[in-house]
Amino acid sequence: MTDVVLEATDLVHHLGQGAGRVQALKGVSLSLKGGELVLLMGPSGSGKTTLLSILGCLMTPDSGTVKVGGQAIAALDPEALAKLRRERIGFIFQSYHLFPTLNAEDNIRLALDVRGERARTAKLAAREVLATVGLGHKRKSFPRELSGGEQQRVAIARAIVGKTQVILADEPTGALDTANGQAIMTLLADIARDPSRAVLVVTHDPRILPFANRVVHIEDGRIVREESGGDQLKKASNA
Amino acid sequence: MSLQFRLASRNLFHDRLRFIATVIGIIFSIVLVTVQMGLYVGFRRMVTTMIDHSPAQLWIMPVGTKCFEDPSLLDERQRFRALAVPGVAEATPLVIGYAQWRLPQGTTTPVFVVGSELRGLGLHPWNVVEGRLDDLSVPGAVAIDQTYFERLGITGVEQTAELRDRKVQVMAVSKGIRSFTTTPYVFTDVERARSYTGTTPSKASYLLVRLASDADLWKVQQALRDSLGNVEVLTASEFRNRSRSFWLFGTGAGAALFAGALLGVIVGTVIVAQTLYSSTKDHLTEFATLRAIGSSSRYIYTVIIWQALLSAIVGFAGAAGIGKIVAAATAESALPVIMTPALTVALFMLTVTMCVGSAIAAIVKVMRIDPAMVFSR
Repeated sequence: MTDVVLEATDLVHHLGQGAGRVQALKGVSLSLKGGELVLLMGPSGSGKTTLLSILGCLMTPDSGTVKVGGQAIAALDPEALAKLRRERIGFIFQSYHLFPTLNAEDNIRLALDVRGERARTAKLAAREVLATVGLGHKRKSFPRELSGGEQQRVAIARAIVGKTQVILADEPTGALDTANGQAIMTLLADIARDPSRAVLVVTHDPRILPFANRVVHIEDGRIVREESGGDQLKKASNA
Repeated sequence: MSLQFRLASRNLFHDRLRFIATVIGIIFSIVLVTVQMGLYVGFRRMVTTMIDHSPAQLWIMPVGTKCFEDPSLLDERQRFRALAVPGVAEATPLVIGYAQWRLPQGTTTPVFVVGSELRGLGLHPWNVVEGRLDDLSVPGAVAIDQTYFERLGITGVEQTAELRDRKVQVMAVSKGIRSFTTTPYVFTDVERARSYTGTTPSKASYLLVRLASDADLWKVQQALRDSLGNVEVLTASEFRNRSRSFWLFGTGAGAALFAGALLGVIVGTVIVAQTLYSSTKDHLTEFATLRAIGSSSRYIYTVIIWQALLSAIVGFAGAAGIGKIVAAATAESALPVIMTPALTVALFMLTVTMCVGSAIAAIVKVMRIDPAMVFSR
C-alpha cells in the first residue's frame, strides 16, 4: 500500500429542494490508497451513490474537500472536472453503459479518444486491454452480441485502458450470475494489485467480500464502521 | 474515420425511419428554397434579356421609364442632339409596343413588337434557326421565336399573318427568345414597328447609343444628360438594375419568391431541430456516459454537429438532384428555374447553416445533462 490517490474529508451534501430537501451525506471522510480494493456497503438510500458521484467528480459537495491525486476539486469548473475525470478516474457501471452502436474495441477507444489520443495508439491500447480482460477475440462484437459478463468486462476494459489512478465501480456484479461476478471481481482485484491504483466498489453483494482489502459501511449519510476484508469475511462465515 | 464521426453517423443511421423522415424534410425544404431561388435567378435573367442582347452602351429613354417594356415615348429628334455629343459614335431609335397579331384563321393574340434599324446598332433577334436577319429588310418581314409558333399560327418561315391589319411575313425564326410575360416578341424594322404599334414617326421608345472607341462612358453619359435635357441616360448595367428592381420588387414578385424561400428554411430548420433534439434525448444516457468518462463539452457538441452535417449532406444531395430535374423540366418554359453553380454553392451553405443551427436545441439539452445520472440508470 502506498500513496493516497483519493481523499475525501468531512463531506456534506444535500439533495432535492424545498420540503423534499434531504441531507444525503453528513460529514463523510474516506481515503483510498494505491494498491487497495475497498468495498462501500450500505442499505438503499444510505448515500452510497451520492458519495460515489462526489468521489468521481461528477458532483461537487456542499461542503468538505475532495482531492484526487492530491488535487483539490473545489475550485474546478465543469470542464476542468471533466479533464480530471478523463485523466485520473475510471468508471464501471451496474448497467455497463456501453454504446450500443459501437463495437467492443470502439467502446474502449472512446475513453482514449476523449483524451485526444491518436487513433492508432488508442486502437492498439484497446486491443491490448481487451486481451487482458479475456475478450481479445470479441473486439468487433457489438454489445448486443455479448453476454452480461462480457459486457461488464468491456466496461472494465474501458475503465482501465486510460491507466487511471482511481477506478470507481457501481454494483459491478449486480446484474451478473455468481460465476461471472467472481470473474469480474478477480479482474478488479488484479487491477488493485497495482500500487499506483485504487479500486472502490459500491456493492450489496456479500459474495465479493473475499476480494476486499477494506470494507466501509455507510448508513444514513455517515460512515458507521470500517473493517478489513478478512474481518468481514470471518463475520460472514460465522453468520 | 474519427470516433466522433462514427458515433454521430451510427446515432443518426441507427433509427432509420427517423433518419429517412429527416432527410425527406430537408429535401422538401431545400427543394422549395431551390425552386424559389431558381425562379428568382430565372426571373432576373428574363426581365433583362432584351437589354442583355443589345450592343448599346447607353440607353436614352423618357424620364421615369421603369423597365424595358415601359411604353413611354421620346422625341426622335433627340437622336441628332445625341450624335452631336463628343464620344457618341452611333445613336439609333428603338421602338417597342404591343400590337394585335391576327392568325390566318382570323383569331387575334397580343404580341410585343421590337423594332430597330436593321443595319448597325439595334436590337435584333438572336439564335436565328430559320431564315436570315437580312431578310427582315423585305417589306412586311418579321422575325418570331419558334416557341410561339402555335400561338401565332405559324409553322415556319415565309408564312403570313396580319399585324394591326397589315400583312406580315415571317422571314426569320429564332430559338429561345421567350418573354416572361408570355407575350411573344416580334422583331422587325423600326419604321414598320411604328406602323404596327401606332407610334408616330417622330417618336421612339429608346435611343441606343454606341460610343467611339476612345470615349469615356461616364463622361459621355453626363454630357448626354447635359445636352439632351428632359430624358434619362442610363448605362446598360444601370438599365438592367432598374428593370430588375421594378419587376422583382416594384411588383412584389421578388418578395413573394423570397417569402417562399424563407418558408422553406423555417420548415427545414424545425424538422432538423426536432429530429436532432429527439435523437439526442434518446441517446442522453450515452452523452451522460461520455461526460462521466471525461469528454469535454466540445467533444459532445462535435458529435451532434456531425449528425447535423451528415443530415445536411444527405438531404442536400437529394434536393440538388430534384432541383436539377426541376431546372431541366422548366428550361424551355417562360420562367425557367435556373440552377447556377453559385446558387448551388449558396444552397449547400444554407443547408449546412440550417442544419447546424438546428443543432442548438440539442446542444442546449446536452449542456443540461447531469453526468451523475449514469449511476441512476
